[in-house]
Amino acid sequence: MTEKLSFDLVSPEKRVFAGEVDMVVVPGELGDFGVLAGHAPFMSTIRSGTIAIHEDGAVTRTFIHGGFAEVTPDGLTILAEEAIALDSVTADAVSAELQQARETLAMARDDHERDTAQAQVDKLEALLGVLAH
Amino acid sequence: MASLKELKNRISSVNSTKKITKAMQMVAAAKLRKAQDAAEAARPYAERMAAVMANLATAADGPEAPRLLVGTGKDEVRLLLVAAADRGLCGGFNTNIARLARERIAALTSAGKTVKILCVGKKGADALKRLHSEKIIGVIELKTVKALDGAVAGQIGDRIVSLFDEGGFDVCEVISSQFISVMTQKPRAQVLIPARDAIDESVPRPDLKGAIYEYEPDEEQILAALLPRYIKTVLLSALLENAAGEMGAKMAAMDSATRNAGELIDKLKLEFNRTRQAKITKELIEIISGAEAV
Repeated sequence: MTEKLSFDLVSPEKRVFAGEVDMVVVPGELGDFGVLAGHAPFMSTIRSGTIAIHEDGAVTRTFIHGGFAEVTPDGLTILAEEAIALDSVTADAVSAELQQARETLAMARDDHERDTAQAQVDKLEALLGVLAH
Repeated sequence: MASLKELKNRISSVNSTKKITKAMQMVAAAKLRKAQDAAEAARPYAERMAAVMANLATAADGPEAPRLLVGTGKDEVRLLLVAAADRGLCGGFNTNIARLARERIAALTSAGKTVKILCVGKKGADALKRLHSEKIIGVIELKTVKALDGAVAGQIGDRIVSLFDEGGFDVCEVISSQFISVMTQKPRAQVLIPARDAIDESVPRPDLKGAIYEYEPDEEQILAALLPRYIKTVLLSALLENAAGEMGAKMAAMDSATRNAGELIDKLKLEFNRTRQAKITKELIEIISGAEAV
């Protein structure tokens, strides 16, 4: 393999991933894009979905929700609102949470509560969709 | 001279105070470690966010740039977000923040600006209420919050941004405590809105080697999505540093309180023993002189 891409995945709570990889496929707002070493400077918003980190033929997937990807000559940085490793959750647990989030949404009293609950439902639905595959 | 009974009571009461301060110190030490870890963990995100913002801010500097970035073009109404603790008993922590806030208020009012205050944490509001109660537009208490996370900072951020959109203020400053070490916390004021003034010149900008950024979707949409998030990130790191500082200050305050109580107990014990000895001597003299008289 030739050059490696330096890749940082950070969420507000912690640095999720930092290291050298071969390629990262990012779910951009307008479509997925793959980043290799030497990519042109580029900035994109991210939709909910999985990023695939390719390293030595192996692929690691992480679910991210909302955020930004920035490609500079130094490497790729993803600022995710939330990052969930796919092997840390099960479909059952997520559907239970989704159920609960839907109930919260139904009981929301004002716009703010409704927005928060709706965002939570959207996120969990996206996560569940990813897990189903 | 106080009676033996009185001295005994005092010693036991100081003793129980000492136990309480010791316990508070240990709780603060445990919480400090947690708060420090949280502040540490949030740092990479905040740093990268600042770098991305610095990049974008240089790129988008036209007349259509969002107002959150470039400001309203005026500087008449200033919003001071005073972030202090919700509880006392942490030495000079709250006092120092309140003092800096008062200095800023005085400086801004004498420059002819209108000042509004939004307090986070009850103690900051308590300290400012006496002189500036008419300027306080709200108090956000964090007592009910279990863990400081993005959601808490998000709520405060949303409130500030919507206030800004309504034209409630032109410039927003955050006054909070900077965590330097466990023993040292320094209050500081930093500009939050307009974001352009908040961006530190020292933030490293990547060398693009002559290439031009591509944006997807376009710059304006990215900025519109990024700015509120940037504000929340700055708020979150300020709040986390504050929490760590509060615990550090509390630990130091409780440590010296425990030591004071120990010294006081030593003194009282000495006095107790002296009094007891004097009493015994007196009784002996009475008995001996009684026996001699017979």
